Amino acid sequence: MIEIKDLHKSYRMGSNSLHVLKGINFTAEEGELVAIMGSSGSGKSTLLNILGMLDLADSGEYTLDNVPIKDLSETKAAQYRNKFLGFIFQSFNLINYKSALENVALPLYYQKVGRKERQEKALNYLERVGLKEWATHLPSELSGGQKQRVAIARAMAAEPKVLLADEPTGALDSKTSYEVMDLIQKINDEGNTILVVTHEEDIAHMCKRIVHLKDGVIVEDKKIEQVRAQQYV
Amino acid sequence: MFNRDRWREILEVLTSNVGRTILTAFGVCWGIFILIVLLAAGKGFENGIRADFGDIATNTMFMWTRRTTKPYEGLPKDRSFEFKVSDVQAIWDNVPNLRFVSPRNQLGGFRGGGNVIRGIRVGAYNVYGDYPEIINQDPMSVTSGRFINHNDIKDKRKVAVIGQGVKSELYDKDEEVLGSYIKIQGVNFMVIGTYKKKNNDGDGEEAQKEIYVPFTAFSQAFNRGEDVGWMAITAHDGSSISELKHNIIDVMKTRHKIHPEDKRAVGHFDLYEQFNRVESLFVGLKAIAYLVGIMVLLSGIIGVSNIMLIVVKERTKEIGIRRALGEQPWSIKKQILMESIFLTIISGMAGIIFGSLVIYGINSLLDNTGPVDMFVNPSVSVSVVSGAMMILIISGLLAGFIPANSAIKVRPIEALRTE
Repeated sequence: MIEIKDLHKSYRMGSNSLHVLKGINFTAEEGELVAIMGSSGSGKSTLLNILGMLDLADSGEYTLDNVPIKDLSETKAAQYRNKFLGFIFQSFNLINYKSALENVALPLYYQKVGRKERQEKALNYLERVGLKEWATHLPSELSGGQKQRVAIARAMAAEPKVLLADEPTGALDSKTSYEVMDLIQKINDEGNTILVVTHEEDIAHMCKRIVHLKDGVIVEDKKIEQVRAQQYV
Repeated sequence: MFNRDRWREILEVLTSNVGRTILTAFGVCWGIFILIVLLAAGKGFENGIRADFGDIATNTMFMWTRRTTKPYEGLPKDRSFEFKVSDVQAIWDNVPNLRFVSPRNQLGGFRGGGNVIRGIRVGAYNVYGDYPEIINQDPMSVTSGRFINHNDIKDKRKVAVIGQGVKSELYDKDEEVLGSYIKIQGVNFMVIGTYKKKNNDGDGEEAQKEIYVPFTAFSQAFNRGEDVGWMAITAHDGSSISELKHNIIDVMKTRHKIHPEDKRAVGHFDLYEQFNRVESLFVGLKAIAYLVGIMVLLSGIIGVSNIMLIVVKERTKEIGIRRALGEQPWSIKKQILMESIFLTIISGMAGIIFGSLVIYGINSLLDNTGPVDMFVNPSVSVSVVSGAMMILIISGLLAGFIPANSAIKVRPIEALRTE
């Protein structure tokens, strides 16, 4: 599903440049649930941004679902993001003047799905994250866990190939964190490919595979026995 | 374009900070208001001046004789001469594109002595010997009877058409005018018609106190022979009398043996030239109105652009989210542009409505208090309003352009960076 070869990325900070990713090689199969771990500054967020086509690599190859991702215009990138990727952010990033339903429907709107169908689909996804009754509420009326679940529903709505979660539990207490992870595991059980960036060990162990990043290189890549979040909820 | 969701979003954004939106809108509203009111005032002035010109054919010149100032072909200077009836045919023969050439003679004049008598009543009026065509050059409406015709000219009939002013002074209110006789300098003329001139300036009253008689009858009755007092010459619409007048004057100079360089022997007044001068004044007024209005509007537009920039700044994160979710850059740009155009048009409409109300108020004030000199019916035409709408749409585009560009310049990753 995802294939990365010898990925390099450096940022220029004034006169000296900061080499963040120093040759990353990585593959993820369909249906995998991968945790990307590392301390801050290890380059995990940069890697996720490149995977999410929000940032461009300096060199290296990136193939997503057999489509080579390179030389992207902004228009093309937007198209690919919409078609291939769902984002889940640490700070939820819901649009605060739109209701939960409208937020979830947004990616469908960009796919030019008709209004009625869009709302039906969005409501369906809200139901799957258990927030059907909250559809008309604004994000400000929701709790953190609820917001993140709306964000997950939104990421799912466009039926992307890959879900990218950047510290999805970073802003949540552990109980809601487990609820969110439970949801992510269930989505993964349905066969979706999910990448989770985290620095929390317990969260990482709820994935099926952990990739450790340190100073811009992968130092460890192992499959693990998944801890089900269900038992903590 | 006519997408329900997009419009909802535009309204959501603009109503999220109502006070700010209204203040921004006011700038544009004020600009278009000034533009409309200035144009209307200019139009009112123009209407006033045009009313002073009345219906007179403006492509017209008047020509009369003066003393020569140069000796020529053995003739001395300071010689006086008269136009002759045969000059009219000579002008027709030599100068193309003329519509009317009317020789005229005149009796009386401003504050002339009593020259017209009817029974025991006496009046002092201008009496003109004219051809029927004069009614096209100095338009008047015949209120009863008829105007002079060519049979009158041919038969030298002693008939007269009198103005409403003459009628009210020489006749009782319910007296029959047509068929009665008036005595002009001792010669009886039968009244065959009355006229009224549309003229509302200071000379209005004087213009209603004129008497028109056939040119030939005039010449015979008052011993003018072949002489012509002056001429009124109108050119066809396509050509300008200001260009033709030199030919006409040259024809007169040859016929009357006047030195070609003698500039003063033939006097003339070019109405078209005067009219054009006033016309260019109107153009200038309009230009000033547009300039001032658009300048004020411009400052309003800069205000809109500023606010849109702030809005974009405030929504940087939101725009980042949208782009991460796959919104096309062009779609974001369109959104910002439409917000800006919408805001400009709505506030511009408010300005147009406000301006129209003020113009309406001025008009009804003018109607109630009576006419004001040189200011009649200030108004803006539909074309001006639609022009203003065009200006608004263009300025909305301009106002949104920079903010829209800055909105898509922000890379989503920067917009999403958590603080």
